[in-house]
Amino acid sequence: MQIHIQTQGGVPIYVQVMQQIKYLVASGRLQPGDELPSIRTLAEQLIVNPNTIARAYRELESAGVVEKRRTAGTYVAETGSPLARKERLKLLNQRIDQLLVEAFQMGFELDEVLKLVQQSQLNSQQTKKGQPRHE
Amino acid sequence: MSDHVIDIEHLSRSFGKTQALQDVSLRVPRGGVYGLIGSNGAGKTTLIKHILGSHYAQGGSVSVFGLDPVTDPVGVLGRIGYMSEDRDIPAWMRVQEIIGFTRSFYPAWDTGYAAELLELFELDPKQKIQCLSRGQAARVCLLLALSHRPELLVLDEPSSGLDPVIRRDILTAIVKTTSDDGRTVLFSSHLLDEVERLADRVAILHEGRILLDQPLETIFESFHRVTLHFEDAQLEAPGLEGAIQSQGNGRDWTYVYCGEKEQLTQAAKGLRAQIVAQGPLSLDDIFVCHVQRS
Repeated sequence: MQIHIQTQGGVPIYVQVMQQIKYLVASGRLQPGDELPSIRTLAEQLIVNPNTIARAYRELESAGVVEKRRTAGTYVAETGSPLARKERLKLLNQRIDQLLVEAFQMGFELDEVLKLVQQSQLNSQQTKKGQPRHE
Repeated sequence: MSDHVIDIEHLSRSFGKTQALQDVSLRVPRGGVYGLIGSNGAGKTTLIKHILGSHYAQGGSVSVFGLDPVTDPVGVLGRIGYMSEDRDIPAWMRVQEIIGFTRSFYPAWDTGYAAELLELFELDPKQKIQCLSRGQAARVCLLLALSHRPELLVLDEPSSGLDPVIRRDILTAIVKTTSDDGRTVLFSSHLLDEVERLADRVAILHEGRILLDQPLETIFESFHRVTLHFEDAQLEAPGLEGAIQSQGNGRDWTYVYCGEKEQLTQAAKGLRAQIVAQGPLSLDDIFVCHVQRS
C-alpha cells in the first residue's frame, strides 16, 4: 500500500491518509479482505504521529471502508462494493467540479466542455496511450 | 500522578535587560508529541532549560513529573532523554566511552537497546567523537537520549543543520517513542513540516510569549483563508470579525480568518460581500501571520 503525505498544503494528514486509502479501495488496488499495515508500521513508514494514523483508521472504520477484526488487525471491509461505487462517484464528482469551475472561468460553455471530453476520449482511444490516471 | 508531565505556570525570566520569557504557561499532557515552534531567539531553548532545571524560575513555577527540576534534578533528569542542537559531548572521548559514561547516570539504561541503536546508526564504538561527522555526532546524542527509554524525550531543535537522512532517523525515533504507551515527546523546531507530521499539540512561542497553544487538529480546523468579493471597490480591507490578517485591493480581499464557518457566512453577509474562495491554511502560513501580528 503506497501512501504519500504532503505537508504545507493545509490538508490535515489524517484526511490525506483517509482519502488515499478510500481511493485505493475504490480503484480496486486494495481488495476486500486485504489487511492494512498496523498503525505503528504505517506511522513509522510515513513518519507521522501514530495518533494521526489511528484517527484515519477510526474514521475509515466508521465510514465502513475498513473493519477491525478480533485479531487486532484492520482489513478492507467485505461489503465494500456499493460503498466503493459511492466513493468512486464522489471522487469523480470532485474532479468534475474542478474542471467545470476552471472551464467556466475561462469562458467555456457546458456543451463545449462535453464535446472536449468526448474528443479527448476519442483521441486516447485512437492513440491507445490513454493511461489510467489518478491524482 | 498528574496527567501533565510538564506543568509550567506564569513563568518569567530575564537575562539582564532582555526579557526572555514572559508569563509563559504550558502544560504538556502525558503521551503524545508536543511541538514548540518559534523563530530564532523566541525563547524556546530558555524554556527547555527551565524544564531541565538548568535555570530556576524567576517568576512563576515549573514542575516536571510533579517535581521541581531545580531542587530534584535526580528525580527529574533520570527520567528525561535530552538532545540539544549543540550536541555538546566531549570531543576527546570515544563513542563507547561516552556511552559508558552516560550509562552510569541512568539506572534504567537498557544496554541491549543501546547496542541495537549503535548498530542501526552504523556507529563505530572505537571512534573518537572529534573525528565524527556532524551527523554521526547527532546520532550519538540521539542514542544517549534514547537508551534509558525515557518517559519524556526533550529535543531542542534536534534536526537543525542535519541532512535529510539523519533527520529521518531523529523523526523515526520520535514516532517510535510515542508509539510506546505513555511516553511523551517535547520537541522544538522551526521546520514546520516536521511539526505538522509529528505533533499532537503545538505551541507558538514568540518573543518570550506563547501566542497559540492548541491541538494541531484544532488549529487546522479554526484557521481558513477566505476571499471576499465586495460590491464596490474598497480602499482598505473592510473590518471582518475574526480576521487576523488581510490583504488585497479593489473589490477582492483575502483574509486569514479564525473561527466557525457559519459565523463567517454571517459576517460576510453583514459586509454585503460574497465569499468567492475559501481554503485551508498551512502551518507555515498560520505561524507567519501570528508572528507578524504580534
